[in-house]
Amino acid sequence: MYGYSGKILHIDLKTKKTWVEDKPEEWYKLWIGGVSMASRLLWENIVPGCDPLDDGNPICFANGIFTGTPVPVGGKFGLASKSPLTGFIGDSLSGSWFSIALKRAGWDGVVLHNSCDRWTNLFIDDDRVQFLDATYLLGKGTFETEEAIRKKMGDDQVRSCTIGICGEHLVRYANVTNDGRQAGRTGHGMIWGHKKLKAVSVRGTKGVKVFDPATLNQLSFDISKTAQGKDTEKYRVYGTATGLLSQNKAGVLPTRNFTEGVFEHANEVSGEFLDEHHKVKVIACAQCPIACEQMSIVKTGPFAGAMTGIEYESLFANSSNLGVSDIRAAIKLITISDHDGMDSISMGVTIGYAMECYERGVLTDKDFACPSHPEGFTLRFGDGESAVKLAEMIRDREGIGDLLAEGVRISSKKIDEERGTESWKWAMHIKGLEPAGYDSRSLKTFAVGLAVGTRGGCHNRSAAYDPDIKGETNRLTVDETRGRVAAESEEYAAVYDTLPLCKFIRRSFTGKADRAGAWPAIAKLINATTGWNFDYDAVDLIGIRAHTIKKAFNIREGWTQADDELPWRWKHEAMTKGPGAGVFVTDEELEYMKKLYYKAKGWTPEGLIPKTKLIELGMPDVAEQIGV
Amino acid sequence: MTTSTSKHAYIDCDPVKCVGCQLCEYVCSFTKTAEYNSYRSRIRTVRVDEVLITAIACRTCENAPCVVVCPRDALTQDPLTGIIHIDGTRCDGCAWCIEACDFGAISINPTTRLAEICDQCETVEGGPQCVRWCPKEALELTTPERRAQKTRRALIAESLEMPTKAKDPQ
Repeated sequence: MYGYSGKILHIDLKTKKTWVEDKPEEWYKLWIGGVSMASRLLWENIVPGCDPLDDGNPICFANGIFTGTPVPVGGKFGLASKSPLTGFIGDSLSGSWFSIALKRAGWDGVVLHNSCDRWTNLFIDDDRVQFLDATYLLGKGTFETEEAIRKKMGDDQVRSCTIGICGEHLVRYANVTNDGRQAGRTGHGMIWGHKKLKAVSVRGTKGVKVFDPATLNQLSFDISKTAQGKDTEKYRVYGTATGLLSQNKAGVLPTRNFTEGVFEHANEVSGEFLDEHHKVKVIACAQCPIACEQMSIVKTGPFAGAMTGIEYESLFANSSNLGVSDIRAAIKLITISDHDGMDSISMGVTIGYAMECYERGVLTDKDFACPSHPEGFTLRFGDGESAVKLAEMIRDREGIGDLLAEGVRISSKKIDEERGTESWKWAMHIKGLEPAGYDSRSLKTFAVGLAVGTRGGCHNRSAAYDPDIKGETNRLTVDETRGRVAAESEEYAAVYDTLPLCKFIRRSFTGKADRAGAWPAIAKLINATTGWNFDYDAVDLIGIRAHTIKKAFNIREGWTQADDELPWRWKHEAMTKGPGAGVFVTDEELEYMKKLYYKAKGWTPEGLIPKTKLIELGMPDVAEQIGV
Repeated sequence: MTTSTSKHAYIDCDPVKCVGCQLCEYVCSFTKTAEYNSYRSRIRTVRVDEVLITAIACRTCENAPCVVVCPRDALTQDPLTGIIHIDGTRCDGCAWCIEACDFGAISINPTTRLAEICDQCETVEGGPQCVRWCPKEALELTTPERRAQKTRRALIAESLEMPTKAKDPQ
């Protein structure tokens, strides 16, 4: 087999036994890599119905098909477990060296079963697996932990996935971090913390072999050069943060906990402002010729010294969404989330929820009293300093931070039960996952895309905001096309998440990002890597299959169509400013679009998957378990 | 002993432009070994911290210390190009050359356990492949004199504006 080793490494964290599973080439043709292969490994290895924190919930890594080859932006891996935030599939992607080291160690995937009995740094050293004591790493942040491991092992080429303090403290939206990149969303870090797994380190010294290197080199070289052109300019020059002003103009920039979509201080927290005043350098993931990460530093004020990479999603959640106009506070907040290891979107949205609770009198100064702040403090929208205090309390699970570390769904339920309030109405989440930076009341195609999303409020899995914002659909109304558009959007995204290739390369194949522009080029890359005979249709199926296995997983874990829901606010309150003013998504509209979507997918009106459909996609075992 | 005062060409990386993507390592290892493996690359990227990033390959020192220290005379330096050649039949992987190199530009091949060093792709059509591939044009094949010229030009362009009294007639 070319491009793959054909081997999945299984490790039992409890008994310390390891075994190797050989997978046939046909299996790889179905699942490819990334989130698809990781989700499939989860489907095969989880104890169905288990609590996300039980031993029966494994940690599944899956490499990419292009990982370790020169194919631009192909150095990524997928990570899957059952999410403690949503109770459904938690599938994440992360880029850079870790995946490449794993591939060079000879593993297409790794499945970690059960839990460690004490804090462990698992070390996969080519073929050898070692359980190293991680006590010396406790209390260290994500970057710090990685560096400490490299120093201890005396080898710069050792690459690690780690959890920070937030994972150790079981923050429900803690992340797993590697090489400065995060496998974000859905709370992987909490699972790792619960399993007492501080880090997984890898050293891989073997080479990666492909079927037709001459062709692959030439294709990669050409894409890499095209990727220096205008099609990637926005990522290279300002990074994704440049989206902030665009979303503001479109009236969908979440502002003050999603009450409005226009932020009057947008210019002061924009990617352009960041570029002019705070940017240090642009850096890349391994194997990426684009380089989008805008490393930004704070030089003045109480947060001087904070430095991290700033992206749009982190930025909206911790600036406009909190009403914060001082970008230095936003950089500090994002530095806390990155270095201490929690999801910057979930953290920002949770702080936004707490701010609204404070503004409405549900929470008061003394609710924020804790050993670090005995008198408590005020938490008004716009108060960056207080937001930073609260982020630190969440990280340390101190005072009310202990509750807010559970995310907005659990926090609001508890607060409402105790105080007889209705704060759940402004608790912004979908299936328990706090949404990304697009107010979807006036993006109605995206609204259904989010509602049906297998991992909750996620902009990476559904890209249906794109047709809405570009005006390909009427974003303020619904019509019979929306189910199809939402379905196609998520299947399109799933192709990239499965290979995986970073979506920022999508226009660099032929200048056109659509299927016709990209799929034939991707098929060529796959064939040169593996010697297979993929064509347009085969590439298209990758995404459909990847999405189907995730949905099937959710069905087996108890999904019903009532779970495909939007936050109360988006269904009952309209914004007052901007192009999206005056509209929201009614119950009837959402139900109508959901039915259209299920139909477009070829599912039953209840959103279940027919047996025939699953067999057609090459998953008879899935058909047997959850097909109707 | 002086190092890096050579008149010879070497591969230089501009740390301001380098983003740490490592494509140079991919193409180098492939050119030399037909597989993609950073451990087989003769140029190596270095990330000291999140933003301090560059790549290093052989600097073709004059009186190259690696050549001088080799106890088995496995290393020789081409007098014309300054490129270091390693004779695999003489090298026994003792790593003295690695200890002698001020730039960390020599590595031990993990399979053969012998020393490997950048030869600027002297036998490859199109010259150094890392330079050809670098997406950010951070790498170049240069000499100390050309490098100095470039720095002088950049300095002047950035820091001085041409004073002018000339004005267009109204």
